[in-house]
Amino acid sequence: MSTERKIRVLAAKPGLDGHDRGIKIICHALRDAGMEVIYTGLRQTPEQIAATAVQEDVDVIALSVLSGAHDYLFPRVMELIKGKGLKDVLVIGGGIIPEEDIPALKAAGISEIFGPGTYTSDIVNYIQENARKA
Amino acid sequence: MFDSTKTAELRKWQSAWQEKTEAGVSKSPERKKTFTTLSEIPLQRIYSPADIENLDYEKDLSFPGEYPFTRGVQPTMYRGRFWTMRQYAGFADAEESNRRYKYLLEQGQTGLSVAFDLPTQIGYDSDHSLAQGEVGKVGVAIDSLLDMEILFNGIPLDKVSTSMTINAPAAILLAMYIGVAEKQGISSKDLNGTIQNDILKEYTSRGTYIFPPQPSLRIITNIFEYCAKEVPKWNTISISGYHIREAGSTAVQEVAFTLANGLAYVEAAQKAGLDVDRIGPRLSFFFNAHLDFLEEVAKYRAARRLWARLMKERFGAKDPRTMTLRFHTQTAGCSLTAQQPKNNIVRVAFQAMSAVLGGTQSLHTNSMDEALALPSEEAVQIALRTQQLIAYETGVTDIVDPLAGSFYIEHLTTTIEEKAMDYIRQIDNLGGAAAAIEKGFIQREIQESAFRYQKAVETGNRMVVGINKFQTQEPPPSGLLKVDPAIQNQQIQKIIHLKQSRDNTKVLSCLARLKKNAEGQDNLMPPILEAVRAYATLGEICDTLRSVFGEYKAVSFL
Repeated sequence: MSTERKIRVLAAKPGLDGHDRGIKIICHALRDAGMEVIYTGLRQTPEQIAATAVQEDVDVIALSVLSGAHDYLFPRVMELIKGKGLKDVLVIGGGIIPEEDIPALKAAGISEIFGPGTYTSDIVNYIQENARKA
Repeated sequence: MFDSTKTAELRKWQSAWQEKTEAGVSKSPERKKTFTTLSEIPLQRIYSPADIENLDYEKDLSFPGEYPFTRGVQPTMYRGRFWTMRQYAGFADAEESNRRYKYLLEQGQTGLSVAFDLPTQIGYDSDHSLAQGEVGKVGVAIDSLLDMEILFNGIPLDKVSTSMTINAPAAILLAMYIGVAEKQGISSKDLNGTIQNDILKEYTSRGTYIFPPQPSLRIITNIFEYCAKEVPKWNTISISGYHIREAGSTAVQEVAFTLANGLAYVEAAQKAGLDVDRIGPRLSFFFNAHLDFLEEVAKYRAARRLWARLMKERFGAKDPRTMTLRFHTQTAGCSLTAQQPKNNIVRVAFQAMSAVLGGTQSLHTNSMDEALALPSEEAVQIALRTQQLIAYETGVTDIVDPLAGSFYIEHLTTTIEEKAMDYIRQIDNLGGAAAAIEKGFIQREIQESAFRYQKAVETGNRMVVGINKFQTQEPPPSGLLKVDPAIQNQQIQKIIHLKQSRDNTKVLSCLARLKKNAEGQDNLMPPILEAVRAYATLGEICDTLRSVFGEYKAVSFL
């Protein structure tokens, strides 16, 4: 592992939602776990997120939405990154996401959804096990 | 408050007791090596008069309704009238939300509280590309006066008080509210309610900013000035610690950063030539009710005392109403768990009780399903009933400030006040709240507390029932509220129709006048009101202001 490049993660807040406590905690935890983290800040369009993912050559995109707009925004991000040919990027999502919405998000290509109460260590482990294998 | 000779004797006795107890503890240890409040304030095993020997009843406590208002802002408190029971609500479109408001009023709610969707809060119409997927989701979509007329249809605005959670475009939504009142034949002088209008905490904690700090502060002082004359009963701002706490701050930081923001607004008003006693009585506050019951009670008391002192000593306020910190409370959304959601009913009840024992003026109790979705009607009813149970059944409302004089509560009240004041001095040294935000000081302090809390939960130092203790397998929750995605199209159709039917020449001339005022120094409220009456949309008005003021570019301090 030591000679390998660090896992690069793009942490992103698509849409207009301002709840960033969770994503910032996750950024902190991923860095502590030795990953390189780029945080977009609030109010990113799916287009901006896809462009940043290409530019920063990331292995993982972590999306956070607590406003209920995940049903539009997550699939839209997936559509755009597929359009840019980013096939081996692991995309995960989190926020206030009702269980009944999860199958559609997974069908759109989101690998895993992490809801309230998730431990940061679970997200770290998930990324370490699944990044660069997608 | 206590005889000093007796206190000295007591102190000796207390340390002897302490030693004896420590000896016992070495044989059968306590649950933890050290105990702290939720906000990491270290705790002694017990408190006695020796721990509050410097407390001066007259100077530090006094009586309810009297300076420094530690014991309450009003002499009779809930013996006179209960707090306003005000559930934050709004979703989908104006028709749907109007139905929810009428339901809540029928259920005995005593004030309205409007939740707007994010496009409305950030000044975009429902047809804006950035509004995609967000219309009607976290609140009601309002694009023009037309929507506002529907929202309050059949609700006489001189009979209710309405709180609106709106910040960057607060002037526009207030103008729309005045516009609806005019149509109902009600004078703006008879309107009761609150606009949140607290932009500084948006930059640090909530995220619905539009303009940079300086023009934002100008709009806020314009509102203060306009309302002092035209809407005299309106609370022109609700200086909010709620979201600071939700973002992860401690109780001390919540008090400190909220009051520091309050000081910045008063200074901005003074710079604009407004006397502190002219605008001070209409300032209101908004705090969180979190899990640490006694710490929360002390927090509200400390905030009241500190604000009174700051207003009197720093600004030379003379009107007692300027010194009183009146506040709304909401129970802590971030304390609710998606796991075993019914447990949240109990969490909310304890939190609500702390707000009542702390002397709140109005209260929102969260619904049990809020870690999962917007609240369902049944969940909202239980939340409202929780407040009614406290008011009518528990008896705590029959005396004022019943926890006063508890050695611990008084000690903690003083500790929180002192620690908050330490922060305020630091913020003063950085040049005030706006400068401290630009430097990222407040953001970093909050983030660090949030991270420490998360670590404490993950390492098991802090127990959360259903998360790291007493977990159960449970079926996925049912009956959650879901907003119909068709709402966005309906709103877009409404806008198209509106733009075809209104007098567009008039709209353009109103917006031109607004632009001219924005470029100059005149108050922005009159031209905003004119534009609203002509059915200019929220997005059109905000775009006009954006063209002059520019937009705030956020910086993340990770």
